[in-house]
Amino acid sequence: MEILMAILAGILFTTGIYNLLQKQLLRIIIGTGLISHGAHLFILTMGELKRGAPPILTEGVETYTDPLPQALILTSIVISFGVTSLLLVLAYRAAQVNGTDNMEQMRGNDYE
Amino acid sequence: MIWAVLLPFIMAMFIPFVDKWRERIHTGFFVTIIPILIFIYFARFLGTGFEPLTRSYSWIPSLDINMVFHLDGLSLLFVLLISGIGALVAFYSIYYLDKSEQLGHFYVYFLLFMGSMLGVVLSDNVFVLYSFWEFTSLSSFLLIGFWNFKKESRYGALKSMLITVFGGLSLLGALVFMTVLTDTTSIQEMISQKQLILNSEYFPLILALLLLGAFTKSAQFPFHIWLPDAMEAPTPVSAYLHSATMVKAGIYLVARYSPMLSSSDWFFIIVSSVGIVTLCWGSYMAVRQVDLKGILAFSTISQLGMIMAMLGFGTKVAVFAAVFHILNHATFKGSLFMVAGIVDHETGTRDIRKLGGLMTYLPITATLAIFGTFSMAGVPLPFLNGFYSKELFFDASLHLEDIANAGFIGVLKTALPYLAVFGSIFTFVYSMYFFFGTFRGKANLSELPKKPHEAPVGMLVSPIILVLGVILIGLFPGMVNEPFIAHAASAVKGLAVSKEVYFWHGFLYPPLIMSITVLVFGTVLYLSRKQWAPVYRAIPGVLSMNKVYDGLVDRLETYSSRVTKAYMNGSIGRYVRLVLAAILIVTFAFMALTGGFTVDLSNVAPLSLPEIFVAITMVIAAVSTILTNNRITAILILGVVGYGLSMLFVLFRAPDLALTQLIVETVTVALFLLVFYHLPKLRKKEEAASTRFLNLVISIGFGAMMTMVAISAHSSKFFESISSYFLENSYKLGGGDNVVNVILVDFRGLDTLFEIVVLGIAAMAIYGLIKLPGKKEDQ
Repeated sequence: MEILMAILAGILFTTGIYNLLQKQLLRIIIGTGLISHGAHLFILTMGELKRGAPPILTEGVETYTDPLPQALILTSIVISFGVTSLLLVLAYRAAQVNGTDNMEQMRGNDYE
Repeated sequence: MIWAVLLPFIMAMFIPFVDKWRERIHTGFFVTIIPILIFIYFARFLGTGFEPLTRSYSWIPSLDINMVFHLDGLSLLFVLLISGIGALVAFYSIYYLDKSEQLGHFYVYFLLFMGSMLGVVLSDNVFVLYSFWEFTSLSSFLLIGFWNFKKESRYGALKSMLITVFGGLSLLGALVFMTVLTDTTSIQEMISQKQLILNSEYFPLILALLLLGAFTKSAQFPFHIWLPDAMEAPTPVSAYLHSATMVKAGIYLVARYSPMLSSSDWFFIIVSSVGIVTLCWGSYMAVRQVDLKGILAFSTISQLGMIMAMLGFGTKVAVFAAVFHILNHATFKGSLFMVAGIVDHETGTRDIRKLGGLMTYLPITATLAIFGTFSMAGVPLPFLNGFYSKELFFDASLHLEDIANAGFIGVLKTALPYLAVFGSIFTFVYSMYFFFGTFRGKANLSELPKKPHEAPVGMLVSPIILVLGVILIGLFPGMVNEPFIAHAASAVKGLAVSKEVYFWHGFLYPPLIMSITVLVFGTVLYLSRKQWAPVYRAIPGVLSMNKVYDGLVDRLETYSSRVTKAYMNGSIGRYVRLVLAAILIVTFAFMALTGGFTVDLSNVAPLSLPEIFVAITMVIAAVSTILTNNRITAILILGVVGYGLSMLFVLFRAPDLALTQLIVETVTVALFLLVFYHLPKLRKKEEAASTRFLNLVISIGFGAMMTMVAISAHSSKFFESISSYFLENSYKLGGGDNVVNVILVDFRGLDTLFEIVVLGIAAMAIYGLIKLPGKKEDQ
């Protein structure tokens, strides 16, 4: 299962990076979304998958899944949400002010 | 002794205050007092019974860097030259520089230079020596660029700065090497442990770096090019820095270290050949100059080459002659620079083609010039000190018995006397040219900017004193020999050196024959100089080091800007590609080199159908984001990936994650849908096929890399997870059943605090972005 998840995370990274390398702002933001999904899956895979019950203490259960990666991912999800929403508004603003969403056209002049 | 070194620095601080009274009294008068005091202080040590003495003052004891000053014969010679000529130059500058100049700046730089030069020649600690060394480069830079409104001054200052600082840094390298090898920072102790350095495998590097420092500072071939351009400085500066003091710092360094280095054959080969080449090239080039100071600059280069060559010989006679010539050169070259300054000041030009026949207008200056130039040429007259040192030079070049005869050294040894005579012939020619070109011939008053008349007395005092020095040393060489030169030579040689200097050795004395050869050939060449002018048009042409330097600086600028422009083209896409490619290369290289990629299937969870199904759905959705050209489709299938991920969280027993992921994904998709309406439509791929292929390679490579890293990391776990602690203590210490939540708010609550801060900042930034007016809207 870990191997499969590693491959899935790899594919999420591949598609995310490919989108990131495009010129359009929207595609770039989609790319970052995919990359953060990949990273979350990656962290989860680093712990051990499917070894016991959810980490909520209950009578009579001996093994639980690893709670630490889950806590880390939870933090990460919230942060990437914050960043993604900021990025979206920034893209909206940039497209509105510059009249284009093409990164190649947003270079500024030679002296900047 | 420390006060003697620090006095100029301290006084430099007061110059701006004194400068306020410049209308009543020229600032230079206050400055002149300082070198006179220093001169008197050090002159007390003169005498036959002189013993070296050392004073140390603590500075950074923990690093063994202290202000240790060691006064031996060599240092004494230099401090007397620096303070003595410093006083004369300061006095001369009072009459040379008008009160309308920026006198405050000038004298501050001048004093800084004098103090640092005293520091260079007195320091026994190598790092203190280096500090003062760079200080001389810096103050010399300021002095050359004194008239900074002139383009040539700025060019000359920059050039000298680049070259001397390049050499200074090499010197630092050599000093660090020697300090590490001998475990001491004192020059004297280094020399006493010279076998350690000489036998070290780094010795060739040390020698090269040290000599690079000395050769750049002392304008040796091919680093001589900064000196002629430094002639843009005011003439007192040229007289002081570029004839008597700073350019001799390299000579001093070679002399200081020669007890250690001279036992190496390479020292002889490099120093003598560079010195003799500099002598010949400098004197050859000097004849070609049309500017009086240009002639003197190349003449300085050539004379320094001669001293350097003699230090390279390393025999007793040679060392004695080198030290003697340091003194002699300082006297006549200083006076000649001042003469050039007077001519410039009184006629308005230094161009020798316009000058001529000034003897009747400037009789005193002409008299001074005749002594200076004839002494420089080494004309055999009993009252010129230049002749003695030149004769000793010829003598030294003929007597190199200490040196082995093998191979290249043998060839060099045979060639040296001939090269010495060759260089001296040109020395004779340019000396005559300097004097006769300026003061004899037909006066061409109409071409001169000013009507010439004799200089004021004050301006003549300093050159008169120097010329008196020339004559007195010429008449009574024994006067400076025993109490002065012998000590300096002993310090260089490491053992007692004393040499009686006589004017007359008999007709069959070989150096005299060489001197007469120089005289005869020099006269012939000078008289026929118009005939061989074409040689000059041909020879320096491509060999000019200036062209090499200019080309180098130019090319460095163009190539570095070309390199920068090549990758910094402003395209974010390119930077991202570069960053990713670098990560890929480094990671794969490490994996391959360390055998980091391992697969261990012994500890994997079993596959089950629901996860496989979700995973396949996510893959299809993720790939479709690339393929679709419809923005709403792209957003929705990104949502599919997110929801798929939360499904996986459910399957992997992470209820909190699943919940959060579900909500966050929903809000994100909603945000995308809010924004997408305002964004332009998605377009078909616009990149060229090659770029698309490159993107594909990079992204697939990156995905593969992450997969491989994940698998390897999973396959090589070395320690148990610390999670058992959290599971055991969650209720006991945290009072909660939900371990993930207890970790978030209790065990690792700080993470959560700042995560909230991140959200808050993002919210404020979004508010700002939406509310604040943009640039376009302002207009």
